[in-house]
Amino acid sequence: MASPMRIRAAAKDGVTEVRVLMSHVMETGQRKDSAGAVIPAHFITELSAKHNDKLVLSAEFGPSVSTNPYLAFKFKGGAKGDKLVVTWVDNKGDTRTDEVQVA
Amino acid sequence: MNNQRRDTLKAGGGLGMLGLLAAAGFIKPEMAHAAWNQTAFDAKNMDAAFAAFSAGKPAESADVVITAPDIAENGAVVPVGVVSNLPKTEQIVIMIEKNPNMVAATFTLPEGTVADVQTRVKMGQTSDVYAMVKADGKFYMAKKEVKVTLGGCGG
Repeated sequence: MASPMRIRAAAKDGVTEVRVLMSHVMETGQRKDSAGAVIPAHFITELSAKHNDKLVLSAEFGPSVSTNPYLAFKFKGGAKGDKLVVTWVDNKGDTRTDEVQVA
Repeated sequence: MNNQRRDTLKAGGGLGMLGLLAAAGFIKPEMAHAAWNQTAFDAKNMDAAFAAFSAGKPAESADVVITAPDIAENGAVVPVGVVSNLPKTEQIVIMIEKNPNMVAATFTLPEGTVADVQTRVKMGQTSDVYAMVKADGKFYMAKKEVKVTLGGCGG
């Protein structure tokens, strides 16, 4: 199964900055292995971030996003100790959810 | 023999078949990707990509700012950031014109989320990077050329 995400969330001057590093192969389905067989696509398709159960970002990824995707965004509000939950789903139905406290 | 029972069975079987067909042919792809915008991610040219978002021809806007390197040494990891200074920005889409799948990522921003996202994308070759922004129901865009010295989509 997928490795945990590394999430940092820091609140400053009323804005919380979130940085997420996911661990995923993000295979495009374009590449071939040494035998010439196409490596099937395997990539994250959807991601959502919730701050105390309120949706703050939803994203859709295509295969053009880099291996081990990085994502940074900011939302207004958020205080130290608040809960931030990030969930992704990939095209094979795998999913992973991690949560952090806003620092 | 009870004919009525046979008919009921047949009718039931027929319905089941229809259900299967529907599931295999029409409903399944959408169920698997309930929210994922298949049309957009399959788009092979800019017009098709814009059409997938019903964006028509987005106007170029100086209020949409792309942060990306002028030259990316490694096309597998190109940092791209998009900032929109337009009020009521609700969606940001990052597209790479010369990639096989042009749409890299879409971000839907609920109210309260700052229109400032950064991610990393793959680029197969030197290409224009487009940022499309939906703000207050209208579409705007910006583009920036990123030169790639080593492609990120080769095998």
